[in-house]
Amino acid sequence: MTTTSVTATDRASHGAAGPAPAAPARRRRRPPGSASTWTAIGFAAPLFAYLAVFYAYPLWRNIELSVHDYTVRAFVLGNPEFVGFEKYTEVFASDAFPTALVNTALFTVVSIAFQYAIGLGLAVFFHSNFRLSGVLRALFLVPWLLPLIVSSSTWAWMLNSDHGIVNSVVQSFGGDQINWLTSPGTALTAVIIANIWLGIPFNLVILHAGLQQVPAEVYEAASLDGASSWQQFWRITFPLLRPVSGITLLLGFIYTLKVVDVIWIMTTGGPGNASLTLAVWSYREAFGTGQPDFSPAAAIGNLLIVIALVFGFVHVRMQRSWEKS
Amino acid sequence: MKYRPLARSTAALAAAAALAVAAACSSGGDEADADTHTWWDPYPQHAEDSAWAERVDACGEEAGVTIERTASDTTDLTNRALLAAQEGTSPDIMLLDNPAVSTLADTEMLTTMDELGLDVSGVDENLLAAGVVDDQAYGIPIGANTLAIYYNADILTAAGVDPASITDWATLTDALAKVTGNGDKGITFAAIGTEEGSFQFLPWFWGAGADLRDLDSPEAVAALQLWTDWLDAGYAPNSVLTNSQNTTWEEFLTGEFAFAVNGTWQVNSAAEAGFATGLVQIPGMDGGAAPAPTGGEFIIAPAQADTDRYDVTRQIVECMTTPEGFVETATTFAYYIPPTAEGQEALLAAEPDLEPWVAAVQEAKGRTSDNLGTDYPKISEALWTAVQNALSGAATPADALAQAQSDAEAALG
Repeated sequence: MTTTSVTATDRASHGAAGPAPAAPARRRRRPPGSASTWTAIGFAAPLFAYLAVFYAYPLWRNIELSVHDYTVRAFVLGNPEFVGFEKYTEVFASDAFPTALVNTALFTVVSIAFQYAIGLGLAVFFHSNFRLSGVLRALFLVPWLLPLIVSSSTWAWMLNSDHGIVNSVVQSFGGDQINWLTSPGTALTAVIIANIWLGIPFNLVILHAGLQQVPAEVYEAASLDGASSWQQFWRITFPLLRPVSGITLLLGFIYTLKVVDVIWIMTTGGPGNASLTLAVWSYREAFGTGQPDFSPAAAIGNLLIVIALVFGFVHVRMQRSWEKS
Repeated sequence: MKYRPLARSTAALAAAAALAVAAACSSGGDEADADTHTWWDPYPQHAEDSAWAERVDACGEEAGVTIERTASDTTDLTNRALLAAQEGTSPDIMLLDNPAVSTLADTEMLTTMDELGLDVSGVDENLLAAGVVDDQAYGIPIGANTLAIYYNADILTAAGVDPASITDWATLTDALAKVTGNGDKGITFAAIGTEEGSFQFLPWFWGAGADLRDLDSPEAVAALQLWTDWLDAGYAPNSVLTNSQNTTWEEFLTGEFAFAVNGTWQVNSAAEAGFATGLVQIPGMDGGAAPAPTGGEFIIAPAQADTDRYDVTRQIVECMTTPEGFVETATTFAYYIPPTAEGQEALLAAEPDLEPWVAAVQEAKGRTSDNLGTDYPKISEALWTAVQNALSGAATPADALAQAQSDAEAALG
């Protein structure tokens, strides 16, 4: 939503004055070194301090952790050995790495695909503003409002092998007991199902807001031309929602990439490594065992940052090419 | 020039903000106030007005200081302890889960009991072992607990099983066959992929004669095979793979299970259960009691820059570790068995029913003993992963343990 309005104003200002003359005009009014420059710096300083303390330092620290060998002892004494990329090599060479990478990809892509599809379906459904649609829409937000520990534990109970409600339904229809969380074949599916349920409200809210931006006249014109509602969806709604969809998918991707709590509460990444993702692996190395291993955990964390960054750039590129066309 | 004051005040504002941030960060605990001693423990369930908090306060008063107590859960406490040590803001006294003591001792952040001037000769050697590194004791156990098998007497009677007949693995498996044959559920335990999973597997592992340095020995495979067979035969539910010890206990309290592996801390709850309960020691493979791992916290004293504080610290530790103090701790925590002979006698005088638990604790073995120390957490991770892989059917017990041994060796370098 935000992006669309920003790009709209951008375009408007480009149209009105053009970017080139505006900037030098402003610069001329402020010669460097004058008091007003210092004021400007003064006003910006808290922001820079904030960025430095809460963004730059943690990032630098994470890199620093990953290129040193921080044993517990070295962590406290502050004398870790510099090992360069050794921790990264260890992570890449580990048996858990291919499993975690494939699981992360599956977890992210499948979660987002379902969250987006269901969220979009519900958004279109609620867009028609029937009676009680507001109440129903509010109810759909519940998964978002619940603390994660509550919803994850509830899912873990529901999917329990021996006395979970899901299995009792399956068995009452003559099915066999499914060991959702405890069999290596289904553990990942189980956590993906829970995560899809958790992510639908986010998609619903953003896409619903995006739908409000589509002018009603377009639909009116389309129905006059005899377009079916299916055609209206694919030819009008979907293309006009593209910028909103783009940002929803990007945010969803980044959120899903770093999901730890849901998986940790439901399976701790197990059984064995069956539902291990990169984020859970990083958490497990750092806090999941009796002995914190900060260096490999930081290396995995940095890897996640890089992956998220790459997709962020892909998004920016795609958006630019859309704007051009 | 009229901007000057504005610029100056902006700078002042920024400086003030920075100071506020700095102050907020450092208010964690480095008050070198001689009148207060800081105390961290892993018992958030005991609030400020609890009997436990009052005891802590009383020991402080006796030593002439106010104790500032902060409680957080076990894992969090270990992490916070490390951060505090790095920043030089360690508390004066900390109660810490026993397998973590050797890890902290290795960082040189703890004082030895010798330095504090405390005598540890009265403490049972098997219980003290978890806090000993290179012949130096870094803490005193404030109480110990361990595992045993609780049984549902009603179910056993109905199935015609005499609990006294359970003396080794074969007789236990027979008993399980009988109760499940009679329509009840067999045994439940915690095989979750965390330290709790290893904690519950160790009595069987050690009871088979296996050694933590050698995870893929035939003895270890036999222990894991026992659990796997129980799951395959339906004697144990599949949910053990995600069960914590608390969940296990809830399952047992439903009255559907004949047996549950659980700890000393459930004594009161078992007495209040809606059915008759009893207790058997976890048997070794070929009979006798298996050594169960010790649980419980150590009282430790992180090193301080101002060594004058140690005198008061010593007095507080002494106050917590008198025989009467141990008994009080034992009853507050339902139950921690005192780690000294004197304390155990005093406890048995007050609570004769705890006799089997005192015996179990005397047989118990520290997880970081056998000079494993800081290697234990890494071995344990490999071990619980093997348990998970075998029970979920991802690998055979032998393959899972072979993998665990190579993982542990790789982790230890």
